[in-house]
Amino acid sequence: MKDLRKFLVYFTLIPAIAIMFAFPATGISQQTTENHEQATDHAMDTTKMEGHEGEESHACHFHGDIEETEFDATNTAYHHIADANVYSIGSFNFPLPCILYSKGQGMDMFSSKKFDFEFYGHGDGHKAYNRYVLTESQVKHIVDPSFPLGEADLEGFTHDVTTVDGKTITNVYACFQGKHYLLEAQSTADGGLFGGGLTSFYDFSITKNVLSMILISLLLGWAFFGIAKAYRNRATLAPKGLQSLVEPIFLFIQDEVAKPFLGPKWEKFLPMLCALFFFILALNLFGQIPFLGGSNVTGNLAVTAVLALVAFVVVTINGNKHYWSHIVWMPGVPAIIKILILTPVEILGVFIKPFTLMLRLFANITAGHIVVLSFVGLIFVFGKMGQSVAGAAGGFLVAAPLTMFIMAIELLVAFIQAYVFTLLVASYIGAATEEHHAEKH
Amino acid sequence: MDLFFLADFNVSRPGIGLLLWTLVIFLLFWGIVGKFAFKPIKDSLKKRSDDIQAALDEAKNAKEEMAKLNTDNQRLLSEAREERAKLLREAKLTGDKLISEARDKAKEEANKIVIDARQEIENQKNKAITEVKNQVGQMSIDIAEKLIRQQMNSPEQKTLVDKLVNEIKLS
Repeated sequence: MKDLRKFLVYFTLIPAIAIMFAFPATGISQQTTENHEQATDHAMDTTKMEGHEGEESHACHFHGDIEETEFDATNTAYHHIADANVYSIGSFNFPLPCILYSKGQGMDMFSSKKFDFEFYGHGDGHKAYNRYVLTESQVKHIVDPSFPLGEADLEGFTHDVTTVDGKTITNVYACFQGKHYLLEAQSTADGGLFGGGLTSFYDFSITKNVLSMILISLLLGWAFFGIAKAYRNRATLAPKGLQSLVEPIFLFIQDEVAKPFLGPKWEKFLPMLCALFFFILALNLFGQIPFLGGSNVTGNLAVTAVLALVAFVVVTINGNKHYWSHIVWMPGVPAIIKILILTPVEILGVFIKPFTLMLRLFANITAGHIVVLSFVGLIFVFGKMGQSVAGAAGGFLVAAPLTMFIMAIELLVAFIQAYVFTLLVASYIGAATEEHHAEKH
Repeated sequence: MDLFFLADFNVSRPGIGLLLWTLVIFLLFWGIVGKFAFKPIKDSLKKRSDDIQAALDEAKNAKEEMAKLNTDNQRLLSEAREERAKLLREAKLTGDKLISEARDKAKEEANKIVIDARQEIENQKNKAITEVKNQVGQMSIDIAEKLIRQQMNSPEQKTLVDKLVNEIKLS
């Protein structure tokens, strides 16, 4: 009986909070509708005046100024898993430091407050600063040198969709004094593989992900320093508090990951494996906390790429003669097979291993976030962006159990992926440092 | 008409800044927390497990020692018991031997005494018999002399007497 009551309390409390977060959005956008209309009219004029070469053209506006009648789940999910130059708690945005570099303008350091972004909403900045603008919480750069430096009041953003070589490209423009200025995203290191590449500027800002990583590192550091101190002071006593929480996990990494794969060298690599495991685990779990930024840190390819790179460097530096000889010139295999098949495959394998490490963690965490966001999005789809409370309630009844289920699975995935990453790094290091006599297979 | 256009799937595009920051933060985390927390924790855990192992080994050794002492004691006890039994047995044997020896000796002595006595008796008997014989002979001679002195007149008689005397030779 008591459990049922508790269940009912939670089951009404959670939708209450959810609806609270869903509805102010429309309330605020209604307030700002008036000046938005002016902007839209103005933008319409400019659009008519200029004429656009794009296949499709839209009016200039800020995201928070339009009353959304349709819910775009894909867009919402992409927005929420992306890195951002603002920190959002719930739907409230807080400024973060921007450190930007572009070839023409050099280094710029300022707070993203300069963009005058919507405190409640999607993080569209109403102002440009030194040719940088903030749209969908992300800094973009105006390449056109005719755009003034310093602060500039924007009229909104617009976009068009063009097709180049069968690929659909969405170009985003900032509207300023009746003109549309093309925006460029920051330089990325994917070499155009995922639609990025080097652009006119580099973003070294303390973004949401960077801040999350710093906070998590400090939290973990504080926790583990405390635990280490406890081990020093209570060396002969049974573990207590945080110590007893961490000790089984630590021993698990030590006895199930480090020792079986690294043999006698386990002590040398244990700090690295523990750093990897706890760093990934804490960030995985941190990303699961709703309303607290929901940072998708380990679901960002940049983060997993660095972790995989670190693993790759450690493996390469510690690889012994035996390891390299097996890659380059596998003993006991005919020379022709070695040259044609084995050596190329083995050399590819050296790079594929960290590459899969990078993709596995990224894909798992990002997929989890997208699934959770999609289920939460159901509430908004059924609720028609706050116009239908009954629909939202119905959507909640469907979405809440599904979301809870997926979040429970995500909790499991957070542990499994941290474990798998650490385990594979340990096995790669183990293979690279294995002594000759251990060769049996 | 889609109004929302700005968010795209950019988590797969690793930003240069995020790459750099991640590298810096992770290396610092690894370096500092690894050196000042994970390593000491590992060392103290290892020390603790070594201590526990040592204590266990010690307990095992002590137990073995105890068991060994116990068996030693048991052995000593049984040895002592055996010794005692042996001593007792030996003492008994010695006693028996002494007794039998004494008995034998006594028997022998007694036999000797008996033999001696018998010898003496024999001797005395022979002596007595000889004496009796001598006496009887003397008396017979005397009687015979007197008889003969009275009756012996003829030679035949004399011959008969001689013959008879010869027949009565003492054996």
